[in-house]
Amino acid sequence: MPIRNRDTALSLFKTMCEIRAFEQVASARYKNGDLPGFIHLSLGQEACAAGACATLRGDDYITSNHRGHGHCLAKGANPKLMLAELFAKARGYGKGRSGSMHIADVSAGVLGANGIVGQSMGLGVGAALSIQIRRQPGVVIAFFGEGASGTGIAHEAMNMASIWRLPIIFFCEANKYAELSPFSTHVSIDNVADRACAYGFPGVTVDGEDVFAVYEVTNHAVALARSGGGPTLIEAKTVRWHGHYEGDPQTYKSEQERLNPKYFDPIAHLRDRVSEIEGLATEHLAEVEKAALEKIRAAELWAQALQNPDPEVLMEDVYAEESRHG
Amino acid sequence: MARLKYYQALTRALREEMVRDERVFLMGEDVGESGGIFAQTRGLYQQFGSARVRDTPIAENGFVSAAVGSAMTGMRPVVEIGFEDFVTCCMEPLVNQAAKLGYMLGGQISVPMVLYAFGGGGLNAGPQHSQSLAAWFAHVPGLKVVIPSTPADVLGLMKSAIRDENPVICLLCKKLIGLTGEVESEGDHLVPIGRARVARSGSDVTIVAVGQMLPIALKAARMLSTDGVEAEVIDPRSISPLDEDTILTSVEKTGRLCIVHEAHGPFGVGSEIIARIAEKSLTSFRVPPLRVTPPFAPSPFAPSLEELYLPTSASVYEAVCGLIAI
Repeated sequence: MPIRNRDTALSLFKTMCEIRAFEQVASARYKNGDLPGFIHLSLGQEACAAGACATLRGDDYITSNHRGHGHCLAKGANPKLMLAELFAKARGYGKGRSGSMHIADVSAGVLGANGIVGQSMGLGVGAALSIQIRRQPGVVIAFFGEGASGTGIAHEAMNMASIWRLPIIFFCEANKYAELSPFSTHVSIDNVADRACAYGFPGVTVDGEDVFAVYEVTNHAVALARSGGGPTLIEAKTVRWHGHYEGDPQTYKSEQERLNPKYFDPIAHLRDRVSEIEGLATEHLAEVEKAALEKIRAAELWAQALQNPDPEVLMEDVYAEESRHG
Repeated sequence: MARLKYYQALTRALREEMVRDERVFLMGEDVGESGGIFAQTRGLYQQFGSARVRDTPIAENGFVSAAVGSAMTGMRPVVEIGFEDFVTCCMEPLVNQAAKLGYMLGGQISVPMVLYAFGGGGLNAGPQHSQSLAAWFAHVPGLKVVIPSTPADVLGLMKSAIRDENPVICLLCKKLIGLTGEVESEGDHLVPIGRARVARSGSDVTIVAVGQMLPIALKAARMLSTDGVEAEVIDPRSISPLDEDTILTSVEKTGRLCIVHEAHGPFGVGSEIIARIAEKSLTSFRVPPLRVTPPFAPSPFAPSLEELYLPTSASVYEAVCGLIAI
């Protein structure tokens, strides 16, 4: 099936633009002091979330990490409710109790960003187990970074997924830095994906600037997983434009890299190749981009005007009385 | 009534709940074809198959995280951690994920899972195979913690734990594995979580005995009785939530409180019980309360040293005599 077509391009471009706009709003509002706590942004990494999640169905699952806004948006979470959570409002996905690092929309298959590095992989294995035990057709994508690839649970999760032949894709966004240190501090080899052979399943490294390439390799892995072929490890080489967290002075980056991260830009990358796609023109992309900005701007205005959580929210949901399932 | 051994009550609870609810599945090290290190899962693999009775690699962090992920997506996992000490290898998914996800996700999901483990000393198993860590888990909002000390309570508490919508840690007593007791032969025997049991009535002193300290406390009570001192012995059964009313009612009657547990004294379950009684009804203490616990050292291997280490009926008897003499 040819995927480098107009509709797919527009859809992927739209998702990337919405992520970009969302992260830029979050960055500005954080800088302005309007968002409490800490946030970790995925500017520069839009093609990973957009390309990977575009291969999924509504009832497939994703698990994510601390840099999860893009994944959540791409899988179908509502930017209004996400921004409500960032503003710590009662209408937020976590009722204002969890913040940026725990945004989830279980009805959309988003099992949550997560503040503990590596757990996206273990939780993803669990979601894949549910699918397998119930003999459902679903798949799971577990997003993580090269930093998480060094955790014990990364190994445990990939080993179990292979033994049990689970329908899961381990999707590593290697964005050059884990926290405040470079890739080489965290990973002993050039490519995280090369580790897949140790678990007995395929590993693929892909250009994380090329959203079509991400889409294609993920689509292949998803088809394999859905047909009972087991896991794949995908590593997308990407770039984190900002610091580990907003406000990070990024002293560990060169000045060139710190000031001009946009040498790597998945949105520009697609825009530059518009002529390669039949029936697609720059104006179409510009319209999509404008609509994305407007959508996120509207969400921002809606969210900032919401109420803060009532005091009762503090003690709600510590324990569940009734069953609630994704 | 039927007579069942402690470990057989566990098998029966698992079997009954797996028959009743196909979402329930079991995983852990050697729970499958081998039937478990204490024969506690014997026959389940043959009855329910490898999908629902799943041997795992030695990867507690990984498979407990997977249990959380599967509980979030509609299953009701039960995980076995052979020795309670090894729960330290999966504190992350328990404390940061299972306990908090319902809260963090704004109540979108519950995490109905059970983790059971065999703890406690008296088998010369040494410092890494003898610990009692209930207080660690009871300190975490979102978790429930139970410790059954009889076959009937193993059956009833495990079944309640499996039906609970929250993560429940069921801490079983290694030394009681072969203990035989009366259990209802038919029907759904459920013991509600959060309710203590008065194992022996008395009016002179209250002894709260946790887990495998119960038979020791009961023996001490019989020794005291020959001296004309009638001890009320309470098995809290549930550490979190704690049935403080039952303990408080007893202490208000007796005026004397002795708590016996195998876990260390500092910051422990006994400390918590004393604090709660003191906060609610300080004047009910006619004499200062007392904890009988091991000394603040790891559990030693040498039988002669472990004998010195653990509370015994003699040490409980002596401690209570001291309380009575005040």
